[in-house]
Amino acid sequence: MHKKVLMSGNHVIGEAAILAGCRFYAGYPITPQNELAEYMAEHMRKTPGGIFIQAESEIAAINMVLGAAAAGARAMTSSSSPGISLKQEGISFLACDELPAVIVNIMRGGPGLGNIAPSQGDYFQATKGGGHGDYRTPVLAPAHIQELADLTMDAFDLADRYRTPVVILADGMMGQMMEPVIFKTPPPRQYDESYVLKGKEMGKSRFIRGLILDAIRMEEHNWKLYRKYQVMAQKEVRYEAHLIEDAEIVIVAYGTAARIAKGAIKRLREEGYAVGLLRPITLWPFPEKELREIAKKVNSFIVFEMSTGQMLEDVKLALEGRAHIDFYGRPGGVIPTPAELAKVIAYKARRNER
Amino acid sequence: MKKVYSRPKSLKPTKFHYCPGCGHSTVHRLICEVIDELSIADRTIGVCPAGCAVIAYNYFDVDMIEAAHGRGCAVATGIKRVLPDRVIFTYQGDGDLAAIGTAETLHAANRGENFTIIFINNAVYGMTGGQMAPTTLTGQFSTTTPFGRSEKLDGYPIRVSELLAQLPGTVYIERCAVNSPLNINRTKKALKKAFLYQMDNDFGLTMIEILSQCPTNWKMSPPDACRWMEEVMMKEYPLGIIKDVTAIKGAE
Ligand code: SF4
Repeated sequence: MHKKVLMSGNHVIGEAAILAGCRFYAGYPITPQNELAEYMAEHMRKTPGGIFIQAESEIAAINMVLGAAAAGARAMTSSSSPGISLKQEGISFLACDELPAVIVNIMRGGPGLGNIAPSQGDYFQATKGGGHGDYRTPVLAPAHIQELADLTMDAFDLADRYRTPVVILADGMMGQMMEPVIFKTPPPRQYDESYVLKGKEMGKSRFIRGLILDAIRMEEHNWKLYRKYQVMAQKEVRYEAHLIEDAEIVIVAYGTAARIAKGAIKRLREEGYAVGLLRPITLWPFPEKELREIAKKVNSFIVFEMSTGQMLEDVKLALEGRAHIDFYGRPGGVIPTPAELAKVIAYKARRNER
Repeated sequence: MKKVYSRPKSLKPTKFHYCPGCGHSTVHRLICEVIDELSIADRTIGVCPAGCAVIAYNYFDVDMIEAAHGRGCAVATGIKRVLPDRVIFTYQGDGDLAAIGTAETLHAANRGENFTIIFINNAVYGMTGGQMAPTTLTGQFSTTTPFGRSEKLDGYPIRVSELLAQLPGTVYIERCAVNSPLNINRTKKALKKAFLYQMDNDFGLTMIEILSQCPTNWKMSPPDACRWMEEVMMKEYPLGIIKDVTAIKGAE
């Protein structure tokens, strides 16, 4: 068991990754995640077998990760929104080639160059595939630093188990914030050596490819990936239900927005509003069934995001008209206060009653 | 009777899909001969490009991975850093290496990554049907330079080998060709030297640029393509060693 330490989110990701056996990191500078690359620069090179490369671009970084993953290393890259757009080509290739890797997105305000303030504008990009072609990536959305540490370790296991790229989706707030954390001791890696490309040695030569010219065989490959995604959807959903039991209104929020929502709920409860929170921890697969379960008793949902409404679509799809869904969002890097959110929810609650 | 010529062991017994007279098949064979002679088939990993050689993994009987267009050097960097005792090569065409993958190539060279680039220069995009490549000659016709490549409108042909030779991270760069028996033999020697250097060292990029015929898109017969290469293409891309500091570093 490790001691409790006070660390910033970006450093925590780096430390958790190294503890989880990550031995390859490639990245390119972009705010607000530079502290992670800097942590890796120092600590990877102090770790036996650890490799750190400052790549010439995001595109190069993700492709280095692809090569390292093929060669059998636990590999990671990180960036922030515009940089993640550039990595999408490589993420699509990782998904197609069925190679494990962890991609960290410390989101900032967008679109375009945007700004460096915390935002949640990359939900669509992270959960709907992001790059070209028919694929998904598991998306983990931590809301506090301890969870960031735990999910970073879990991300590597998920990536190995399903041979898939896994996205950690946090925002600038999570990256910069300091909180106490206790690092777990992760279980030893379980990854079938037969997937590793290391020269044919005594056996038969192998190749890893994404090009399947025959449409029928490419279709088969797509269905194979799809079946894998179905298994993940059944087994890997994670969420936190906070004060749901007696709730009449349920906020759906993730990451930093969920922290703000908890503050708002405290205020609202003091004013007599029975408000709870459903916080998806996996944004893909999305906790659809759990939402529908809650909708058996609750008729009023409010989706709260630091965007113009992206997860909102998944909530609507999950509930299929079973309940009334409101939305409140602040895009572009604005961080609303719990008081602001509480006011909005109280107003909507009164309006809906009328 | 003694058998003096047969299929290299590392070349799978598969028919090539390349056009008649294409340089790719010759280069594939040479690489396999070298792999066999150095007995490194068990520990070689190749990186395939996007382009005519995209399914090179069907021919080489060594472990292979396919890289996205232009990303060969980044993928090879990842592999080699994780498995420093393996022999890694990328197989890349001119569009792959010198257009969409310029950054990856230049920076792998600048980091002195210890793998070998096998750079196929046929002055045209083969697989996509004969568009202008970064190495297309001035005045050369292609489907996107229907009036001939204009320096003013389309830029100049890039000499990648000379460009990379400027970087201290590169140790051995030679330009070869596969249009004649003499040049084919020289290409094989160069490939072998590059692999040997890689095996004996832990730093420094090696690259063999190979001028390769594309009769289909040059719209020539195979013999004419070999002649055109000698008479026209080699004026822009003269053969020979562009850079060699391996002797200084004691590679041989
Ligand atoms: S198009 Fe050109 S490069 Fe491609 S296989 Fe045919 S001859 Fe070779």
